[in-house]
Formats: sequence, C-alpha cells, structure tokens
Amino acid sequence: MVQPYFHSVTLETENCKGCTICIKRCPTEAIRVRNGKAKILELRCIDCGECIRTCPNHAKRAIADDFSLLSKYKYTVALPAPSFYAQFSGQDMSISRILQGLLQLGFNAVFEVAEAAEHVSLAISRYIENSSIRPLISSACPAIVRLIQVRFPELVDHLVPVHAPVDIAARLAKEMVMRKLGLKREEIGAFFITPCPAKVTAIKQPIGFQESWVDGAIPITTVYARMLKVLPYAEETPGLQQASSVGVHWGRATGEERAVKVPRRLAVDGIHSVIEVLEEIEVGKFHDIDFIECQACRGGCVGGPLTVQNAFRSWVNIEELTRNLPCEINPGIADEVDKRWEEGFYSLEGEIEPRSILKLDDDLSKAIEKIELLEKTVKFLPGLDCGSCGSPSCQALAEDIVQGLASEGDCVFVLRDGVQSLAEELLELARQVPGSISNQETTDKRTPSEDGRED
Amino acid sequence: MPDVRDVGALMSVTYDIAARDFVRAGEAANKLKRLLQQLGLDPAVIRRAAIAAYEAEMNIVIHSYGGQIKVDITPESIEIFCEDSGPGIPDIEKALQEGYSTASEEIREMGFGAGMGLPNIQKSADKFRIESAVGRGTCLQVTILHEAGE
Repeated sequence: MVQPYFHSVTLETENCKGCTICIKRCPTEAIRVRNGKAKILELRCIDCGECIRTCPNHAKRAIADDFSLLSKYKYTVALPAPSFYAQFSGQDMSISRILQGLLQLGFNAVFEVAEAAEHVSLAISRYIENSSIRPLISSACPAIVRLIQVRFPELVDHLVPVHAPVDIAARLAKEMVMRKLGLKREEIGAFFITPCPAKVTAIKQPIGFQESWVDGAIPITTVYARMLKVLPYAEETPGLQQASSVGVHWGRATGEERAVKVPRRLAVDGIHSVIEVLEEIEVGKFHDIDFIECQACRGGCVGGPLTVQNAFRSWVNIEELTRNLPCEINPGIADEVDKRWEEGFYSLEGEIEPRSILKLDDDLSKAIEKIELLEKTVKFLPGLDCGSCGSPSCQALAEDIVQGLASEGDCVFVLRDGVQSLAEELLELARQVPGSISNQETTDKRTPSEDGRED
Repeated sequence: MPDVRDVGALMSVTYDIAARDFVRAGEAANKLKRLLQQLGLDPAVIRRAAIAAYEAEMNIVIHSYGGQIKVDITPESIEIFCEDSGPGIPDIEKALQEGYSTASEEIREMGFGAGMGLPNIQKSADKFRIESAVGRGTCLQVTILHEAGE
C-alpha cells in the first residue's frame, strides 16, 4: 500500500514520560520508546486503543471528529452505536429518549446502528451457509480485522466479508433521506457516535471497500456531556426507536454471536484473549465451530476506549434498556436482506489483504541471514523482557537490532557489562603504563629524580 | 528416514518434543509458524505447515515416548521430518482414516485424540510419507511446496 496510514490513535508528546507500560500491552508490538518518548510504528498499529486505556499519563489520544463538522452538510443523521445507549441509565431512561436527545443536539435525524446490525446479522448467516471455510470470523470489529491482517495473515480468508453495521446504517439512512427529501448523497452527513478509535480509522481508511458512506465519527466521550444537558428535556418520541433487543445487544460481547443463527458459535472479547483463540485457529483447531465473534475490547463495544461508563455497568444498562423491546428481528428486515443480499448490498467489494509485519526481509536468503543473527542476538540478551531498552521484549529488541532500528547497547544489562569490562580494561591499561611505555611522552611527565633513562 | 533429507536446505531447525507434556504441547508448531512468517513465506503455505507440524507434534506428545521435529527450508519446499520412539503404528492404513484413533479415554477427555491428526497432516501435505515399526517408533516426512496447488 502506497498511501500513508491514517491513525486515530496518536501520541501527546508533552504528556509522555517515556515509561514502558504501553509498549508491553500493545498487541502488535507497535510502540517503542526512543529518546524518552513513545513512538507508534505506523505499519504495525491497528488502532485498537489498548494504549489509550493503559497509559497512566493520558499521553495517547484518539483523533476523531466533532460537532463542527455538522455545519458542512445540509442535512445530518446521527448513527448511534448500540454501546452509546449503554452509557445512560435510570428509571425513566429509554432508547427513544436517548435518540430524541441526539436530535436536540442538532442532528436532523437519527438512524440506529442497532437496526443495521440486524441486517448484518442476517447477512452474516447467509454468508456462513454458503461458505465451506470454518471457523468464520466476524469482521465487525475493525481492530480485529487489522490484527488479523498484520499478525495472523493466514487467516484473512476466515473473515466474513460483510460490511460492518455502521456502514450499512449510513447507506440505509442516506438512501432513505435521498428518497424522502430529494437530497443528493453529498448533501447528507452521516455521523457515527463511536465507542472506539478503530472505527474512526475504519471510516477514514476502509478495508475491503473504497469509500465509507459515513462522513465522520464523533466519540461517545464528546457527545456524553452534551447529552446530560439535554436528556432531562428529551421526551419519549413514538416512531424513533426501531431496533429490536437483538440489534441493541450488538453493543456488548456475545450480542453478535447470538444474533447470527448458525449452529456452533463462540464469542471472545479482549484483544489478548482473541489472540489466544486466533493462535489456536492458525494450527487448525476450532474447525468444528461455524462462527466466531471477536471483540478487541473486554465486554465488547461497551468496553471501548471512548466510552464513559464502566463496561460491566453498561451490560446491565443494555439489559434494562431492552427489557420492553421485541426479542426477534422484525420480519420486514429479513425480507429486505433476502432481496438486497443478491445485489451484493452487504458484501465487501474488495479483498481484505494480508500484510504481515513479521517478515524480516523481502529476499528469502537475506531473511534467513537475519533469522540466524536474530537467534544469536536473543541468546546474547538477558531475557528479562524489562522494556528499559524501549522495545517490548528481548525478542523484539533483537528484531529491532537485526532490522537496524536499535543496537545492543540499548540493553541496559549489555551496556552495564560493557561498561564493566571497559573499566576493567582501563584499569589494566593503567597498570601497564609504567612498564610498557618508556618513551618520551611518559618520561617527560615524570619528575627528573624519578627519571631513570637507561639507554 | 534421515537419509532422504535434502542437503540443499537453506536452513534447518530442530524441535525436541516431550511425551505427555500438555503444557508445552503446540509450542514447536507455534515457533515454526513464527519462523516461517519471519521468512515472509506465502500465508497459505505457512498455514498448511503450521497445521501439519501441530498435528505431528500432538501425535508425538500423545502417543510416543518423545521425539523430534526437524524442519528444512529449501528453495522449493518446507520439509518436515518427525521421528519418535514409541509403540509405533500397527496398521498405518487404518490410522490414516478420519476418526480412527487409539488415544485413551483420558486423552479424549482433554479434547484430543479425535482421529484427525494424520488425516489432517496428509491433507496439508503436497508429499507425505510415513513409516512405522511396532515397538520402536514412527517416522513421518511431510513436504509442503512453496508454489503449490492443493
């Protein structure tokens, strides 16, 4: 890929103390500390936001859009993620009121991503029925799609090539507005209320298709404070709320897996747990499972780095908000999916390409040389994985050394040994001076009385 | 079968596999997979090599008294040689049938021994050879070509 990567996750240099907490938690080893500051490696970063979550100094930030973007469009539609609902609770709280609140914030219309999630659930089921690959893996979480591209490139074929709910929501919403109000596509702005930076990246730089129908992603954290002001005045509005409990449950882990009607399914959340499962799939296990929901965040989207509420609390909120909703997807949606599946409405147009970050060299024989050097280097390093060198582990430092991005002296233990032997050598040399050097340079410095020139 | 080893190997690695060590089981296959990824080989080839190595490793863990997996990377292929000392396989043809297993109840309760090991290796391989001597052990040679069809 020639184009530079857009990344939502960025570093706030002033706040970074150069500690090594983030480098250890990063699932793709995409961060190094160099010159006392963290540095994100563009090719490796998957925008999962794990570093935003773990940085104690708030030196990682998500770049996203804000409300100022709304003024660029004639007509605006809010696309609230199901996880957005989960931020709110209380006796009189309802999804209808939350949607009304969004209208009061200045959006002309709302379209529930939860409703699009129901379309996607049915589309995924259709795809699984027609595929012989097992297990199939959901592509709804953009951090997971990128994780698989860079760290599990052998598994890209296992990803279900169906659009994520937010993309379907944007298309359905815009089509509706174009039809009803006679507006042009570019006059309508569709804004996702996002729980995570990976979605921001996915909208700006989609994988598997050219251009997103979503025009911006505004973090839940940005919308939340404004919502608190308007919610007390937001009333129940009939007709606004459309999605069933099935779609809303996509906001938390297991929601998607339960919505996809295939016999053997599993759900895994938390990126490090996802990695464990993917490693098993890589060696041929889990082939008896039809579908796997993988969520980078613990608890699912409600655990996203751009949410406000505690993820566990959000689980309860979703239960409460969906208590009075229908438990089944509206049959009308099933008819629509049947119709539009054939047109390819739900399918990704392009491929999800593997792009391994592990390859040491394009040339096989050079790669072999590097592996041999790598093994030697790993043996040479202490194996403590302390991170003081700025690389996440001794293995990672060895890879950096082999790639010319670091040197052995970056290891404090190697450096200490080096200093020690240098000191010993120095001492040894110092001892040798009187005996070995008998020329003028030395003798000049001596007092005449000590000078026993004998030649 | 050590004599059939390709002398033209670009690189070779050897992994020792301990019998009944379910804590470490799978580590050799994982290491091999990472190595092949570092070499930048084709993802589909890596996948097949990883599956074959994993199943072979599990067979050594489950059935043998211990063994080794040696891997040669040649310009044309990945050659995986597995050697173990152990009870051997009395009826190889049967062992190659899907679902046939001699694993104990205990092993099956751990989720292994589904009788898919050898068939999966065979499916992943471009060339596959197996020799076994009852009471002595089993040798396996798996070839996976870099540029292969199925």
